[in-house]
Amino acid sequence: MAEKHVYIEPVTRIEGHAKVSIYLDEKNKVKQARMHVVEFRGFERFVQGRPYWEVPVLVQRLCGICPVSHHLAAAKAMDRIVGAKKLTATAEKVRRLMHYGQTFQSHAMHFFHLASPDLLFGFDADPAIRNVFGVVQKHPDLAVQAVKMRAYGQEVIKATAGKRIHGTGAIPGGVNKNLSLAERDVLLKDVEQMVAWARSALGIARDYTTAHLKELAPFGSFDSNHGGIVRKDGTLDLYDGRFRVKDAKGSMVIDQLDPMKYLDHIAEEVRSWSYMKFPFVKSLGPGKGWYRVGPLARINVCDRIDTPEAEAARVEFMKLTDGKPNNITMAYHWARMIELVHAAEKIRDLLHDSDLQGADLVVKGERQFEAVAVIEAPRGTLWHHYRVNENDQVTMANLIVSTTQNNEPMNQAVMKVVQDHISGKAEITEGMLNHVEVAIRAYDPCFSCATHALGQMPLVVELIDVHGNVIEKRGRA
Amino acid sequence: MSDTVTVTIDGAQVKGRAGQTILQAAEAAGIYIPRLCAHNELSAHGSCRVCTVLVNGRPQAACTQPVADGMIIENNTEKLTNMRKAIVEMLFVEGNHFCMSCEKSGNCELQALAYRFGIAAPRYPYLFPKRDIDFSHPDIYIDRNRCVLCGRCVRASRETDKKVVFEFTGRGAHRRLGIDAAADLADTDAAVADKSVEVCPVGALMRKRVGYAVPVGQRKYDHKPIGSDIEAKRA
Repeated sequence: MAEKHVYIEPVTRIEGHAKVSIYLDEKNKVKQARMHVVEFRGFERFVQGRPYWEVPVLVQRLCGICPVSHHLAAAKAMDRIVGAKKLTATAEKVRRLMHYGQTFQSHAMHFFHLASPDLLFGFDADPAIRNVFGVVQKHPDLAVQAVKMRAYGQEVIKATAGKRIHGTGAIPGGVNKNLSLAERDVLLKDVEQMVAWARSALGIARDYTTAHLKELAPFGSFDSNHGGIVRKDGTLDLYDGRFRVKDAKGSMVIDQLDPMKYLDHIAEEVRSWSYMKFPFVKSLGPGKGWYRVGPLARINVCDRIDTPEAEAARVEFMKLTDGKPNNITMAYHWARMIELVHAAEKIRDLLHDSDLQGADLVVKGERQFEAVAVIEAPRGTLWHHYRVNENDQVTMANLIVSTTQNNEPMNQAVMKVVQDHISGKAEITEGMLNHVEVAIRAYDPCFSCATHALGQMPLVVELIDVHGNVIEKRGRA
Repeated sequence: MSDTVTVTIDGAQVKGRAGQTILQAAEAAGIYIPRLCAHNELSAHGSCRVCTVLVNGRPQAACTQPVADGMIIENNTEKLTNMRKAIVEMLFVEGNHFCMSCEKSGNCELQALAYRFGIAAPRYPYLFPKRDIDFSHPDIYIDRNRCVLCGRCVRASRETDKKVVFEFTGRGAHRRLGIDAAADLADTDAAVADKSVEVCPVGALMRKRVGYAVPVGQRKYDHKPIGSDIEAKRA
C-alpha cells in the first residue's frame, strides 16, 4: 500500500503573515484590494478543558510582543471567576505597573524598530538603508535609546511578572508577588531618563507629522468610528475601564459598555478570504459599524489623560482637528508616542507608591461561571471571554484581539493607498509596495512581529486582472 | 560481623550500612544519583531506571540494589548520563509535557532533571498521545498528559495514606494510572491532604486552585539544579 501523507496548512501559530491582493479592471484601475491574514489561532479551542488558573499563563503564549496584555486580560476575567470584585491596592498596582511596562516597551519598539525607518528615510528610500540597521548607522543615539527603552520596559515586566517574557505574576484574584524595595530602587534609577527619552520620541513623532501634514493627511486615511476603554469620567485608562465608541465626527456611539454585555453590542463578521474576523458595532451593522482601536482611537475617544505631560500632548494633538476625532492613519505614530509618555509617567508615579510593597496580594469571593474582561493592549482593545464549569475547567473561550478590530480599518487603508498610489499603473515598484506596508504598519498590527528579524514584513502583493489571473506578484521572503 | 560496608562510587570510597540501597548510601555521603520514581519516604519501586548505575560493570537500579562490601559503582559517567538523558527524553515525548504553561514548572522533577542534564530538545519524535484528564474531584485533579507512571502516588496511597486510591491498569505502552472508581476521582476517597498528592514529581496529580502562587524566582529549582541539596552534604 502506498504511503499516505497528511499535511496541515496553515501551521499554528505563525507570528505574522499577511497577503495583499489587488484586483484590477481592463484599464488597470483597482476594483478591490484586500489584506488577508493567513495565520490561524487555535488558542480558543485548546484552552478548553484546562483549569481556569492556568489560562493567564497559557494564553499569553499567543504573542511574544505583548504577552502581558493577554496575561492580564485573562487574569482579569479569572478575577471575576473567583469572585474577586475588587483587588487589593497592591495587587492592582503591581498589575498596572506590569501593564505600563508592557506598553512602554512595545510602543518604543514599534516606533523605533518598525516605523522609524519609513519616517526617517522616506517611504521610497532605498530598502538597503530603510531598515533598523540604517537607523543604527544614521542615528546611533536614537538606536541606543530604543534598545534601552525596550530593555527598561522588559525589566519592569520582570520585576512584576517574574520573567521578562511569559511570566506568572497575575493570578486569579491578585498577584503572586509585590515589588521589593530592591527591585523598585533598580527601576527608579533610570525612570527619569525614560520619561525624558519618551518626551523626545514624542517630539520626533509630532514634528514629523506636522511637518509632513500635507502628504500624510490623505495617506491611507478615511473616516471611521474609534473605540477604546475609559474610566467613568472619560479619563484614558489602559488597564481597566469601560468601552466607548465615537464616530468619525465625535458623536458617541457606545459609552460605558459593561464588558459582560459586549455581545449585546459587538458582533463579528466572517469573510471567506481571511482567517481574521471583522468585528462591528451591532447597532450600525457590518457595513458602518467597524471601528479603529489602538493609540489613535484611544486618544480620540478619551476626555483626558491623568498624567500632565501626556495630557498636554493630547490637548496639542486634538487641536490639529479642532477637538474632533483625528482620522489620519499616519497620526497613529504621534498618538502612540503620547501614550509612551503616559506609560513612562505612570511607571514613575507607581514606583513612588508604597502600596507596591504591600503584603496583601490575593482576594476571593463567590465563585462565578462566566466572565468577560477588557484591557487596552498596546495595539488596542482586547477582549477575553470565558466560561468555566463547576469542576474548574474552561468550557468556552472567545478572544477578540486588537488587530482583529483593526482588520477592516487596515483593509480600508490598503484600499486607499492602492487607489492613490498604484491604480492605473502597470508595474509595481518596490516603493509602491512599501507604501502599502507603511499604511498597515501605522496600526502596529500583531503580525508585524515578523518584521523583527528582517525589518520587513513578509508581505505579498498580487496584481489580478479582470479574469482573475495573477498578472504580477511581488513579494519579500 | 560489622554492619558497615565499604563501596567505591566513581573512585571515591563510601561507607554505608548493610541493608541500605546504593541510592541511600550515596545520598548519605553527599553523592547525587538522579532518580524519578524513588522517594525517601516510600518503598523502592525500580521502575523509571533513571538511577541506573554500573555495579562491577553491570547495570543496576540504585534505588533497589542493596550495597555490598567491595562494590565498584559507576555513577557520574558520560555513558550513564547519556543513558539517563535518553530515558528522560523518552518520558518527555511519551506524554504531553508543556512546561511553558504548566503550573508545576520550577517545582517539577522531570523538568529539573532535563535542566540538570542540559536537554534542549528530545532526540525522539513526539508521540502526542491522547490522554485523559479528571477534574471531577473538588480539590484535586489528575492530568494524565503529564503522568510519567512513576507509581509514587500508588505507593503513597497504600503505605502512608492507608487507602487504595490509585493503581496501574494496562500493560506496556498501554499502561496508565487508574483509580479505585468506575470513572471519576470524585468517587474515590482521595483527599487533598493525602501523601499521594504531595509526592507526585510532575504535574499529574495536583491540588486545585493554588497554581502559580509561588512567583518565578522562588520555586524549588529556580536557582539550583535538582540534587544540589544532596551534593551540598558532601564533605
